[in-house]
Amino acid sequence: METVTITMKNPPGLFLEADNVSPDTFAGKKAADIAALHAFEGREQTSLGKYFEVSGNGGATAADTRIVVKGDVSRVKYIGMKMTAGEVVIENSPDMYTGAWMQGGKLLVKGSTNAFTGIGMKGGELVIEGDTGNYLGAAYRGDWRGMQGGIIRVRGNAGSDTGYFMNGGTIIVEGNTDVHVGTHMEGGTIIIKGNVPSKVGGQMVEGTIYVFGTIDVMMPGFKFVKDEEMEVDGYKGLFSLFHGDLGERHPKRKGQVVYGKLYQKI
Amino acid sequence: MTKTVTDVICPFCGTLCDDLEVVVSDDGKTIVDVYNACAIGAEKFMHSQARDRVKRPRMQQPDGTYKEVSYDEAVEYTAQMLANAKKPLMYGWSSTSCEAQSVGHEIAEKVGAIVDNTATVCHGTTLIAVQDVGIPSCTLGEIKNRADRIIFWGCNPAHAHPRHQSRYSIFPRGFFTNKGHKNRKVVVVDPRRTDTAKMADYHFQIEQGRDYELLSAFRVAVRGEWLPDTVAGISKERIYEAAEMLKSGRFGIIFFGMGVTQSLSKNHNIDEAIMLTKDLNDYTKFSIMAMRGHYNVTGSGQVMGWQFGFPYATDLSRGFARYNPGETTSNDLLVRGEVDAVFVLGSDPGAHFPISSVKKISQLPSVCVDPHITPTSEVSKLHVPVAFVGVEVGGNCYRMDNVPIDARKVVDPPEGMLTDEEFLTRVNKRLEQLVAVT
Repeated sequence: METVTITMKNPPGLFLEADNVSPDTFAGKKAADIAALHAFEGREQTSLGKYFEVSGNGGATAADTRIVVKGDVSRVKYIGMKMTAGEVVIENSPDMYTGAWMQGGKLLVKGSTNAFTGIGMKGGELVIEGDTGNYLGAAYRGDWRGMQGGIIRVRGNAGSDTGYFMNGGTIIVEGNTDVHVGTHMEGGTIIIKGNVPSKVGGQMVEGTIYVFGTIDVMMPGFKFVKDEEMEVDGYKGLFSLFHGDLGERHPKRKGQVVYGKLYQKI
Repeated sequence: MTKTVTDVICPFCGTLCDDLEVVVSDDGKTIVDVYNACAIGAEKFMHSQARDRVKRPRMQQPDGTYKEVSYDEAVEYTAQMLANAKKPLMYGWSSTSCEAQSVGHEIAEKVGAIVDNTATVCHGTTLIAVQDVGIPSCTLGEIKNRADRIIFWGCNPAHAHPRHQSRYSIFPRGFFTNKGHKNRKVVVVDPRRTDTAKMADYHFQIEQGRDYELLSAFRVAVRGEWLPDTVAGISKERIYEAAEMLKSGRFGIIFFGMGVTQSLSKNHNIDEAIMLTKDLNDYTKFSIMAMRGHYNVTGSGQVMGWQFGFPYATDLSRGFARYNPGETTSNDLLVRGEVDAVFVLGSDPGAHFPISSVKKISQLPSVCVDPHITPTSEVSKLHVPVAFVGVEVGGNCYRMDNVPIDARKVVDPPEGMLTDEEFLTRVNKRLEQLVAVT
């Protein structure tokens, strides 16, 4: 596997849209070609080389390419957007849309990310060691297909609207989240190891949410069903199962109504 | 002798009343009196007559004083500012005509700006919800003639849309509602006992920030499912009773305002309210409508919608239209430092944005086009006064129910003053020379 290291030398005055920072575009390119790839600052089309120092060459394919992003990238958006394979490591904290519409490969953020991380994700593995903002693994505006596959793990806290319109894949938040977890959820799994203030599973049709901590206010459409012994992400214990959202439509399968499942650790 | 201009459109709120009578002096130059308007609407007309009105553009000097400049200089400053910026913000648009908005959008496309209107701090969340789940709506005329179940959720029209209740929602006698308010059941959901709530048959004094839960509970109750004993401070018996009352109506309408669009849950509240409306349509006819604020904020959404495909917060910086509230909305852009110039027309962010955003406007090159002296004109580098749309110049406007109505001109603007559209057209012409079309 070839490694390309890009180091921020000349931070943008406004914000940089760097959707070309992805193993798919870097693959098969020499350092100089990578520096010539375009990026946008406002309406100005510039090149990655204006901001980053590029060293190392891309591998033959995306799967053979590893990108290490160094320096202050707090004003850089879209890193790892639509990547299908390979590896990206971001050593600090990038801005919005990190790993957006990701389809495969591995993306590791050692710092924190801003909003819209992993929106519309279809596959791959996204790990954030710090915190993240709102709309983690959510749908893009107006889309009814949120996260559809892959796995997102956040070691810190997340903002609001985690897993909005989610219909596949897994999101694990090891800290707390803000309001609205799994709103409009139609599938997939969300595991929150910390606390959630309220609006968990609102308008949820199908899918599973686990909350290890407290829920200050439960949605009125969630009805207690039973206690169950479960194993969830390495933890084994007793969980209360709630069915919901009773105000929302629910499909029938084999004569049975399928509800969204909300498990809360006892 | 004076003369009376009838059927004048009121350019104040989204109700866009069309029955005003304005008395003007014999020479047709001054407004003497305004009939049929609410206090706010009448003041809008009378304010155009103020003696201390600013009639020429003014440039703020480093010491805070103003220097009068010509319209030519103002056009040049505005065009240069927009041409030199990498990502200018063009905000406002809600208090001007659709014609002016259209010219503004042409400019925005040329300079790769972000066009955003006042929905960003108002009903923008409604527009997000509408995009997510659609909207079953109707016109205000249908409500006047048919509606017998009226819900005001998080809005207080008694103060914000003063003639709404008498013209459309509570009191008018319509074709199928010939007993006026006696035909109607009025529900108000508000944490405060507002003047609108005092007129209601049912007032749900909800816990603050629990609208999403109560709307969800209504949906559960409409389906006859299980509910906990209290939701948002309201007992389940009252929720089941209200659900039955709504189902038993012939035509229902939910009006909603800032109380739900800008409180906790934002777009999700509206999403849930729209879905409640949809659910109620299994039993009777139900509609839902946003209580739009500025008289032509709906028009701005319409014009932006047909020109770019998005109703607000449209980012044209990369040559194609993008839209993502949270990123391309004015306050996020300003607070995060994503824009390098600000152009404001037909709105007053200085009065309505958080101070952190207003500070950013004051630090950037900025132009404010507004007939009045406002907090925005005070923090902007250049203030361009223009004629009042709907008073001194006509133009197309959209009512809150998306019905277009042409505003009428009542008097002439002071001599030599430009209208919004004329000013924008001149800026656009100058930009043709400054910006090479790619």
